[in-house]
Amino acid sequence: MAILNNRLTPEEYAENFSDIHPPFDKKEAALVEANRCLFCYDAPCMKSCPTSIDVPKFIKQITTENIKGSAHTIFQSNIFGGGCSRVCPVEKLCEGSCVYNLMHEDPIPIAKLQRYATDKAIKEKWQLFERKPSTGKKVAIVGAGPAGLSCAHVLSREGIDVTVFEKESKGGGLMTYGIAAYKVTPEFCQDEVDFITSLGGIAIEYNKELGKDLSLAELRVQYDAVFLGIGVGLARQLQIPGEELEGVVDAIEFIYNLRSKTFNQIAVGDKVAVIGLGMTAIDAATQAKRLGASEVTIVYRRTQDEMPCTQVELDLAKLDGCNIKWLAAPKEVIGANGKVSALVCREMELGVPDASGRRSPVDTGKSFSLAVDMIIKAAGQMPFKELVDGSDLQNSNGKIVVKNNDTNIDGVFAGGDCVNGGKEVVDAVQAGKDGAAAILSYLKLNKVDAKTVNGVEHTIVAS
Amino acid sequence: MADISANFLGIKSPNPFWLASAPPTDKKYNVLRAFEAGWGGVVWKTLGSQVKNVSSRYSAVNYNGSRVMGFNNIELISDRPLHINLKEIAECVKLFPDRAMIASLMADNTKESWHELIAQVEDTGAHGFELNFGCPHGMTERGMGAAVGQDPEIARMVVEWVMEKATIPVITKLTPNVHSVVPTGRAVVEADTDALSLINTIQSVTGVDLDTLVPNPYVAGKSVFGGYCGPAVKPIALKMLTTIAQDPVTNKVPISGIGGVSTWRDAVEFMLLGASNVQVCTAAMKHGFRIVEDMCEGLNNWMDEKGFATINDFIGKSVETITHWEDLDINYHHIAKINQDKCIHCGLCYIACEDTSHQSINLTYGKPYNMYLVKEEECVGCNLCQLVCPVDNCITMEVHRKGDEYLNWKEFQRLGMPLNDH
Repeated sequence: MAILNNRLTPEEYAENFSDIHPPFDKKEAALVEANRCLFCYDAPCMKSCPTSIDVPKFIKQITTENIKGSAHTIFQSNIFGGGCSRVCPVEKLCEGSCVYNLMHEDPIPIAKLQRYATDKAIKEKWQLFERKPSTGKKVAIVGAGPAGLSCAHVLSREGIDVTVFEKESKGGGLMTYGIAAYKVTPEFCQDEVDFITSLGGIAIEYNKELGKDLSLAELRVQYDAVFLGIGVGLARQLQIPGEELEGVVDAIEFIYNLRSKTFNQIAVGDKVAVIGLGMTAIDAATQAKRLGASEVTIVYRRTQDEMPCTQVELDLAKLDGCNIKWLAAPKEVIGANGKVSALVCREMELGVPDASGRRSPVDTGKSFSLAVDMIIKAAGQMPFKELVDGSDLQNSNGKIVVKNNDTNIDGVFAGGDCVNGGKEVVDAVQAGKDGAAAILSYLKLNKVDAKTVNGVEHTIVAS
Repeated sequence: MADISANFLGIKSPNPFWLASAPPTDKKYNVLRAFEAGWGGVVWKTLGSQVKNVSSRYSAVNYNGSRVMGFNNIELISDRPLHINLKEIAECVKLFPDRAMIASLMADNTKESWHELIAQVEDTGAHGFELNFGCPHGMTERGMGAAVGQDPEIARMVVEWVMEKATIPVITKLTPNVHSVVPTGRAVVEADTDALSLINTIQSVTGVDLDTLVPNPYVAGKSVFGGYCGPAVKPIALKMLTTIAQDPVTNKVPISGIGGVSTWRDAVEFMLLGASNVQVCTAAMKHGFRIVEDMCEGLNNWMDEKGFATINDFIGKSVETITHWEDLDINYHHIAKINQDKCIHCGLCYIACEDTSHQSINLTYGKPYNMYLVKEEECVGCNLCQLVCPVDNCITMEVHRKGDEYLNWKEFQRLGMPLNDH
């Protein structure tokens, strides 16, 4: 038992990490599904999308082969519409509320149709938006992830010159570095960032980290406003003995490496335990298996009723052959020669609901031990507390406190994971839009909010 | 088991499904395949003077992902040599003596031409003739086809010529490219045609190619009006059929129903509105001859369920239910009711009523599902909501009569009753 890379042949890696949700391979197939859409009024799918994409409209546009119009409808609400069509947990969002579910029929494959329209737009590099003439205003955005770039896109459309500072060497944030490789390829992530910035007026400065290469104080001086979309990037510690042993890694780092290197460079154990059952835990577990681990066990403190991941994601892990240990809490990592050899867990039972509203795990006092050589921690993420404290940003355990995306510092706005502690990509995209609206209002550029009513954009003009 | 055999003017066939005069009946090969598949009869593609066809000849209308909802053609009558057609007709009659063999005819506009053609075709052993007074393209420029069918007096004259000579039954096929099929129908019945058939195709342009900007079908950068057919023309055909079935002159002769018949259900509808049999073309061109299997079985099962022993037991049964608007019962009133257990909250009823009808549905906002309820006092009972609802039996129409007695518009006016009270 050892942690090794290069476990598989190039062909096996290619197969294991191929697109998990392949696109429609024929126009006709897309048309058949698009034509199933009932074109609901005040559609539940639209109301269930954090970015309020006018789903019936973009699907209707596919049926008329107005793909350019369809892509415009999607990107108007969600400039990450291409990526979201691959990574959104649609079963709990748009597709989950499709009225066909109430007829006990398959919902419209909204994500797949969205991918159909957006893939074409990105591939053909369609210019679907035009910048307004420059207002002379400059805004700095920290973080080239979904929140930051969505904010940048809205602002640039309104004639603001945007500079995005990104600590990594590529844009896309979580999309590029934090999501399972079988959902999005690095090439797609690059194309998506290029598509967004092709609007013009958005400059990205890579390898510039807040608190290291630049400070909030400087940005406030140099720009008319600042938007922080710095995400949430630190893995929560387990605070158990043995956590420092070789072989204990955090899921964020594990996935980051996997996404930024070639698959055969990524070392993985033979017997792996993954702690937690959120989306990141699933991504870590399935990819450990796909990298060649012979046994992957997911350890979760509660039961299926309380799990944060969706059923679709859980099924994905099960289909990949991952085991699940329900009602098990890690208590100690046992090592041999400084390396992980086992994980000791306590058996739990469910008690009264806790702060999250879910029934809490209560220690039964009984233990069991798993023989493992690698442990991947995916028990939640910690905001960049030190960073926000250092900038005098009001925060709650590191999560930046905002009111309408406005922080306690004048001209500084924030949104996305750094505010909410970590939600879906699509939530971050909306947070970016909201942040942009708040900044436009702050800069007195009139447009404070754009609400979509029955698919028509109504602009509310500030007095 | 019901008896689905048909007897049209003494021409017997094991079922009432004939193939209409068209490409599928242009030669022995196709016709034998049709008979083997079970078709009750065929109307051989129109025989007449020498013609030449072009390509392409067809174009289709697709709708919401369904192909060939409608279809048009610019084919002329049979472009094969007459003597070969005649030889093959005779061979088919011998091989399948129990099937109906009708020859469609279109001669030049002289008595002699018609008489000569009739004599030649009768020698084949065909059981009847169908006069093509409907072809809407190509032949009309020569004064034939629809040019005959559109002029009752010319049609009358040609039928008189034909009846002088023909010794087998004659069916006259009518064109729908007229404001009413009844005048020509009456003229040819008065000229002693044995039967009528309708409709032929409807003049049409199926669409324009948005790349070439040339309408379909495309012939070297040009197009022409074609004859429209298929499921899309069925409602028009049924209306025209009904006017013939209602008219006291034209309803004296049997009618062969044509126009978008694709299934046994369509066939039953045509027969309920007065057709003694039906002719099919587009559906066979789209799916092949085997569709007749389900047509026979479906008809048989329906007749068993309804207790009809023979097809004569239901032919024309629905004709009398189509009346004049002023004879409708004004006191009949119904109101839409939405079954909340079945409702999937798609809002289609609401928006249809709100945007285009009577604002009779109330919306209660919810996330993600809204609730919709009918405002009974506002509902005029138009049915639109029920039609657009995607769930079977979710919206039903509940009868709320305005009065117990039958009251029609004429009576309503005579009594001087107030307008707009409901």
